[in-house]
Amino acid sequence: MSAPSGPLMPHLIALPVLLPLVAAALLLLIHESRHRVKAAVGIAATIGNLVVATTLLVIVNAGGGPVAIGIYLPSNWAAPFGIVLAVDRVTSLMLVLTGVVSVAAALFSAGRWHRAGVHYHTLFQIQLVGVNGAFLTGDLFNLFVFFEVMLAASYGLLLHGSGTLRVRAGLKYIAFNLLASSLLLVGIAILYGVTGTLNFADIAQKIPQIPPSDRGLLHAGAAILGVAVLAKAAMWPLNFWLAAAYSAAAAPVAAVFVILTKVGVYTMLRLWTLLLSTEPGASVPFGSDALIVGGLATLFFGAIGMLASQQLRRVAGYSMIISSGTSLAVIGVGDETLIGAALFYLVGSTLASCALYLLAELIERSRAIDAAPPIREHESDRLPFRLETRDRFAEGADDEGRPGTAIPAATSFLGLSFVACALMIAGLPPLSGFVAKFAMLGALLDPATGSPTTYVAMAAMRTTLLVSLLASGLLSTIALTRAGLRHFWAPHERAPPRLRLVECAPVAALLMICASLAVYADPALRYSREAAQGLVDPARYIDSVMSATVVPAPSASRIPTSAAR
Amino acid sequence: MALAIGVLTSCGVWLVLRPRTFQVLMGLALLAYGVNLFIFSMGSLSVGAEPIIRAGVPPDLLHYTDPLPQALVLTAIVISFATTALFLVVLLASRGLTDSDHVDGEEERP
Repeated sequence: MSAPSGPLMPHLIALPVLLPLVAAALLLLIHESRHRVKAAVGIAATIGNLVVATTLLVIVNAGGGPVAIGIYLPSNWAAPFGIVLAVDRVTSLMLVLTGVVSVAAALFSAGRWHRAGVHYHTLFQIQLVGVNGAFLTGDLFNLFVFFEVMLAASYGLLLHGSGTLRVRAGLKYIAFNLLASSLLLVGIAILYGVTGTLNFADIAQKIPQIPPSDRGLLHAGAAILGVAVLAKAAMWPLNFWLAAAYSAAAAPVAAVFVILTKVGVYTMLRLWTLLLSTEPGASVPFGSDALIVGGLATLFFGAIGMLASQQLRRVAGYSMIISSGTSLAVIGVGDETLIGAALFYLVGSTLASCALYLLAELIERSRAIDAAPPIREHESDRLPFRLETRDRFAEGADDEGRPGTAIPAATSFLGLSFVACALMIAGLPPLSGFVAKFAMLGALLDPATGSPTTYVAMAAMRTTLLVSLLASGLLSTIALTRAGLRHFWAPHERAPPRLRLVECAPVAALLMICASLAVYADPALRYSREAAQGLVDPARYIDSVMSATVVPAPSASRIPTSAAR
Repeated sequence: MALAIGVLTSCGVWLVLRPRTFQVLMGLALLAYGVNLFIFSMGSLSVGAEPIIRAGVPPDLLHYTDPLPQALVLTAIVISFATTALFLVVLLASRGLTDSDHVDGEEERP
């Protein structure tokens, strides 16, 4: 169980931050009129990012041992003083997830969206810098900085394409997130004041030594920090802005924003397991009741919102809220198997929400085909690569001589993808949503997995969570079936939608990944369980961060020429 | 110091809850000031002390001020300033597009 190694190893950890940053700088230099070049550079950078993330995942996983962690010290200072980037199984999982989603969104936007405004690809890359950084960072203040990078880019992306609706939604989104950032800063400041350090691992070490008189302050700081993070993770009272803002955003942007809530969930997971599990004298980590109750409320809010919404994009937004709620409640319960299952669920539901956003755009465009095009395009730009679907093609339509209209290929693609998304989100077989839900329910029912934190109230919580998981599955099935009926089965007298390959491919790819997650559920679940093990038992994480060695400075004898002269 | 933070923050919160966008902007700015002062005061304020270690003086917080909050607050100032400026731009765009400075983009019905 040595530290993960490889030829590039310590430096590869910094690459998920550096690569998009360099790409963003490069994209700034390319003139706005050269869409193709910009798109090519942007997509190449996101693909490179995905490759790096996958390599990291493989390396970390091959590192062996119960918890494999790679540490990078960007400024070559030892841990509690310098800043730290740390990658373990959860981090690399989230990095890969980000990579997949961003590649899909970048490809999709190359269809048309990236021309709707300036600097789209640059902002996209900077967004990736922020998200990857927030996953990798090992100290609180860098967490804040990466959050801000991420949010600043997301403000720009949300407004991408302009329009009254977007500006109106963006105004609230920005105001709310600025407030949340202030709260985050207050929380960080209090934690610094109490523990005297900002490094996650160092804080976790210092917490047992905090005198009982300061414990209240520590809890206040953690709670304020938690509120700020939960606002990003879309917990119930703090998520009123989300469905409106995300449905106003351009489709590929909304698809990337799906990851933003996951950043919140990840941060919650990391902070709660790391910081508050080491606290002595408490049988459960501080605030887990609040997390469970809030998660359940989010779950119901999402399910009811989904049932109430008419637009497909809103349905996608609420499905994301459901996914956040489920994950948060599960973090609150905090069992190892349960968190493992939840990580698996998180991956599947993120991919599905992302696909649903992209799909919603395609479907709604096909419905509004007669209406004015939603974005202003340069007149000189002909839309490239239009996948001309044949009008009502007659192939195989009627063997029995029955006059009937065959379903055009594009419509059937949309329909099938929608069904796949619905199955994923509602957690029905045969896709991986079912496997994830089944694993979570199994972990909830199995009392043997109960860690020492099990107590009577927790048992009640587990039952409630079990019931609400099932109920939310039912509600989302109803909502999605209704939306499907309205969009696909209701008779429409209109031409079949025109789709482009570059826009269909990402949706298809995302759904293929969902399907393969179901096929390879066993290794995937094993991986996420191991990741959860690392979270529940943070000692190894703390040790690796604190014992990371500094690279020695090149000594004078090894720089012969300049010293000799 | 605590009083100053309290006044700034409470004014900020009140302004943020107002319906006009410019008031929200001012509120966010005041809140940012309050938060920055708060970060600053978390690192044990001391008057006349400097964060650079000198020979002969024991390196503890009795003789020096903590340099870390100063670095933090510098970053926080830059970031909050930039995001507030961005908010101002969006505010102006919203004003231009909706002809109203209400946060919902439309006036309340009386």
